[in-house]
Amino acid sequence: MGATGTNAVALEAVGRTYGERDALLGVTLTLPPGGSLAVLGANGAGKTTLLRLLAGLLRPTSGTATVLGSSLPKESWAIRGRIGLLAHDPMLYRALTVRENLAHQARLLSAPTERVDELIDAVGLSNRADEPLRTLSRGLIQRAAAARALLATPELMLLDEPYANLDPGGQSLLQPLLENNRSVVITGHDPEALLRGTDFAVGLKAGRVAFHAPSNQVSSADWKALYEG
Amino acid sequence: MFRDTINLLRKDLLLEARGREVVPAMALLALSTLVVLHFALGQQSLDGKLAAGALWIAILFSATLGIGRLFVAESEDGGMDAVLLTPVDRAAILLAKVIALFTFLVMVQIVIVPAFGLLLLGPHLAPALPKLVGILLLTDAAIATVGALVGAIAVQSRLRDLLAPLLALPLLIPPLIAATHATAGILATGGPEGIPGRWPLIIALYALVFGLLGIALYDNVLDD
Repeated sequence: MGATGTNAVALEAVGRTYGERDALLGVTLTLPPGGSLAVLGANGAGKTTLLRLLAGLLRPTSGTATVLGSSLPKESWAIRGRIGLLAHDPMLYRALTVRENLAHQARLLSAPTERVDELIDAVGLSNRADEPLRTLSRGLIQRAAAARALLATPELMLLDEPYANLDPGGQSLLQPLLENNRSVVITGHDPEALLRGTDFAVGLKAGRVAFHAPSNQVSSADWKALYEG
Repeated sequence: MFRDTINLLRKDLLLEARGREVVPAMALLALSTLVVLHFALGQQSLDGKLAAGALWIAILFSATLGIGRLFVAESEDGGMDAVLLTPVDRAAILLAKVIALFTFLVMVQIVIVPAFGLLLLGPHLAPALPKLVGILLLTDAAIATVGALVGAIAVQSRLRDLLAPLLALPLLIPPLIAATHATAGILATGGPEGIPGRWPLIIALYALVFGLLGIALYDNVLDD
């Protein structure tokens, strides 16, 4: 089931609360298939909550959310295995090696076993693949996490500050792997770079949408306002 | 679902083989309990209900520790999110955790039952073993079904170390009372007696009810 003909992401007045606090409120946005969306905002603006909600890991408390043509949370089973999420946690076991972690995840995703070796090569971990994750640097763990997110060849990639721990070489290696040939939602703290590299942008301030527009129409005054106050 | 269960179980057992974070701690706690009871009671000749009580207290403590640690790897490394993003049946996640905890309990009991025979039990352990093993395995199944559900609930909370025993202890008391009654006759002086049928039945029903509850609730427990 592809997302062709429908938006990869369509949110209508989506809200999410944690107890009494609104992490997201009235969020409305769309992303066409194959498009890329930058999510901008200060710390605590709701970026991570938005990505976890799109991944089906959090339920919206109000509004309607459709991802890859499936309504969340009712049809969240239909998007499992079709979304790649690269989050703050690597979602890998520190006691296992890179290869063991990826092989375990590949089995759960019914991904071909050769995909594991292919991705280990692609992220530049061939010479460290048989070492436990806990012995690797944060940058190398991020590379392993990227390989995990790519295992199922996802239609939609959700990237939460994906290049935070990477050196420039790591970033230039991973960026095309993660962002090319699929729909992408990406967060980060370099608004200018994000706006340059994406089709659309949404600015979040205290869980509310401050702007949602094509990236090339977002002015520096627009995004700077997100980080004030 | 069976294949997913095997894959998840293999990962849990591999993590324990690498980290040795759960079984040794459970065994140490159970052994310490038996040692304290040995010196506190000042005798090496417990039998019947008293012997059964001592054995199941040690198992209860170690089980509670195991339940609290059952989801720690998922919680600390974000591994549960990675599993939830896959099309794996939630029942497979439950079943894998039930079998993992069951396996941990059996491994602990392989160590502590002989120690119990040595430190506290009056009658010879060997004649009691076949029936004792049967009751142990049945009760382990009940503990594991309760534990997999409770562990999944507790791990969502920042107070998981407190919440796991708080939830597990009251829920484990009924099957452990039944297990103690079932075991008392097995450990009687003068050789093992027959087990009244109602006690194993209660334990089996308890395991069944919590297994079904787990299948019904696991989606909601794991998914936000």
